[in-house]
Amino acid sequence: MEAIAVEHSTAHSHDAHDHGHGHHHAQSFIRKYIFSNDHKVIAKQFMVTTIFFLFVGGLAALLVRWKIAYPDQAVPILGSLLPNTWVSDGVIEPGFYSQLLTMHGAVMLFLVIIPMVNGMIGNFAIPLMIGTDDMALPTLNMFSFWLNIPAAMLLMGGFVIESGMAQAGWTAYPPLSAIQGLGQTMWIAGLFLVGFASIMGAINYVTTILNKRAKGMTLFRMPMTIWALFVTAVLITLGTPVLAAALAMLFFDNFFHSSFFIPYGMLASSALDGSRNWTGGGQPLLFQHLFWFYSHPAVYIMILPSMGVVSDVIATFSRKPIYGYKAMIFALMAIGFLGFIVWGHHMFQSGMSPLLGTTFVLSTIVIAVPSAIKVFNWLGTLWGGSIRYTSAMLCALAFVSMFIIGGLSGIFMASAAVDIFIHDTYFIVAHFHYVLFGASLFGVFASIYYWFPKMFGKMMSETWGRRHFFWSFVFFNLTFFPMHIIGLGGHMRRIADPTVYDFLKPFQPMNEFITWAAIALGFSQFFLVFNIFWSLKYGKPAPRNPWNANSLEWAAPEHPGHGNFDTDITVYRGPYEFSQEYREQDYWEQWVPPTEEEKKAEAAYFEAHKGELH
Amino acid sequence: MSLALDLSHEPRTGIPHGKLVMWAFLASEIMFFSGFFGAFIVLRQSNIDIFTHSSHELNWKLAMLNTFFLIGSSFTMALSIMNLEKKDKGKFQLFMGLTILCACGFLVVKYFEYSAKFGHMENGHPHPILPSTNIFFAFYFLMTGFHAMHVIGGMIPMGWMFFRSFTKKGYHNATRVEVLGLYWHFVDLVWIFLFPALYLLFPTM
Repeated sequence: MEAIAVEHSTAHSHDAHDHGHGHHHAQSFIRKYIFSNDHKVIAKQFMVTTIFFLFVGGLAALLVRWKIAYPDQAVPILGSLLPNTWVSDGVIEPGFYSQLLTMHGAVMLFLVIIPMVNGMIGNFAIPLMIGTDDMALPTLNMFSFWLNIPAAMLLMGGFVIESGMAQAGWTAYPPLSAIQGLGQTMWIAGLFLVGFASIMGAINYVTTILNKRAKGMTLFRMPMTIWALFVTAVLITLGTPVLAAALAMLFFDNFFHSSFFIPYGMLASSALDGSRNWTGGGQPLLFQHLFWFYSHPAVYIMILPSMGVVSDVIATFSRKPIYGYKAMIFALMAIGFLGFIVWGHHMFQSGMSPLLGTTFVLSTIVIAVPSAIKVFNWLGTLWGGSIRYTSAMLCALAFVSMFIIGGLSGIFMASAAVDIFIHDTYFIVAHFHYVLFGASLFGVFASIYYWFPKMFGKMMSETWGRRHFFWSFVFFNLTFFPMHIIGLGGHMRRIADPTVYDFLKPFQPMNEFITWAAIALGFSQFFLVFNIFWSLKYGKPAPRNPWNANSLEWAAPEHPGHGNFDTDITVYRGPYEFSQEYREQDYWEQWVPPTEEEKKAEAAYFEAHKGELH
Repeated sequence: MSLALDLSHEPRTGIPHGKLVMWAFLASEIMFFSGFFGAFIVLRQSNIDIFTHSSHELNWKLAMLNTFFLIGSSFTMALSIMNLEKKDKGKFQLFMGLTILCACGFLVVKYFEYSAKFGHMENGHPHPILPSTNIFFAFYFLMTGFHAMHVIGGMIPMGWMFFRSFTKKGYHNATRVEVLGLYWHFVDLVWIFLFPALYLLFPTM
């Protein structure tokens, strides 16, 4: 038996693939670093672009915050650089404010969070953690990255035309978004392409996870990250096309002046030629249904991969098996499924039948159950663990605690009666920043700190990592926690100038405080960028398994080349065999075959504890 | 024995990668067209008069011809896969050629259909029918337009396989043709839904 296995493995090492480091095939620079098929290079490309767009989106947010805090004051430095149609004497015009707000939302969601958690984490983790050389279809994978570039250019293309960028908000509700002109039309086309790219990535992930797992890697031996990415990929596959359909119709309304979302009796002249009217007959509410049918699953698309990473990081740094492994998986699936039947909770105030609203209230509140299962299981994993406070672990702990706050405020708005009061206020803004930034993005930070050694072969500076974590965490909370308070006070979202409302005047000092905290939060992110560059240059060389973790990516060489592994991988156990009482070593790698003594020790342990273990 | 076989490079599900990706993609495509059909159902309910009146303007006879083209092409597609698997090069070329020809026929008919709409006359005056004419024609152009793009998208790899089979290297990848066949049957299926929904769904006069 053994002999045959060896024969097969040698046969495969003659594949066209480059197995690990050592013998690199001659590849041109362009094929190796730019139009690369290697999933790790594509992950790095996603990392670079998403961090770049993180700063773009962040800058838009800071300009937005400046306008809210100081509506009549010129923006420092940038004010003099922007064209006069957008700013007057450095003061942001309301129209430009709307463009910035739209761009902040769209860039952060579609060019940062979704490509970060799927493009970056997914591309890097999937082939390595399931023990294979690359994605099922590597070329398709490459296209799913490169399509993002023209998409991003279209999305923000309005920046270079006179009529400006899209300004209907990231939700692009018609009728406004249907009649807005070129910037909006380009935004729609860009978003369509982003969606297409993300579908191409997702179908590849599904296939890779199902088809390319290493020998012995059964579905229930997969790390939580892989399970989360799998559920996410299914959500993208089934959800994103519905957004694409809605965007196609919105594009028709903009470009061909059809009336899918324009009701009868609405008089609007086109921003393009100023002459044509829409015949009407459509329903604006239809767009909201189609949009949220995608965009509610999309919030899980944005957070589930982070949940997976956090599960792995917490287990590794608590030196304990993840608590309730299967419950965690089924909770992921439940969240994924329920995600498709709750979209109406975004529309309680849009003119929906209260009866229908009630069903959406129920299905939404049910999501609290799998979410709570996950939170309690993370806490159960931490309980009694031998916790190591690395930067990755700190970010993972931030994820859990921020997700609890964001999750609890979610219950407020799940209830239609309460939502009527808090709808369209800063309470909502606080809520989704707690889950998107506080949870998702801290999960992404955790993944960067966790996998950087495998990604670049260098250890990351823990000192700078902790500085980045600490200041991000502090300023994040200083920025977004007060938003709960001003939101409950009735402060509306999306308004450019709160000082025109008398009842908001008492909140203006708080608005200024939030703005300064946001600026500090923005600058804290330079710690991350600095750390990345510093560690690339001066970081200590990373050993194969720096965290003493169990999953397969740590079986790969220190800085794996195309093909990933230098040995044939066989999986013998699940990924969370930490601190087993019958073993000396507090971790047990998935790929290490058990010795005879270990088998005996394990059997003896289970015999001795018969009836106590489940 | 089976444990000793290294299966890591074989698809775990037994389904080739390309095929599984295609199935996932088709699931995605179904959701895409479901978005259109869902919107169609909703807006048809609220504009029933416009929908019944306007669908009379469409030429269901041409559409019927197109239905035969597409169903025929699905049939020849299946035959071409079968013959490539049997390594019968001549018959593969014949049936793949016929498939492409049917697809071209479909597009030619579509061209005449569209140009009749753009050159539409009312009381002797040019009165083009466009997506902006009314909500029904918006759906007509949207759905048939995206469907026609799918047809063109299928013809590109078909043409490549067809011409490749005449070169010295030849074309032998039956799995890939089968995967393309899946896509092609899906395009056919979408038309089977579009045809009655747009052309035939009017009360008998």
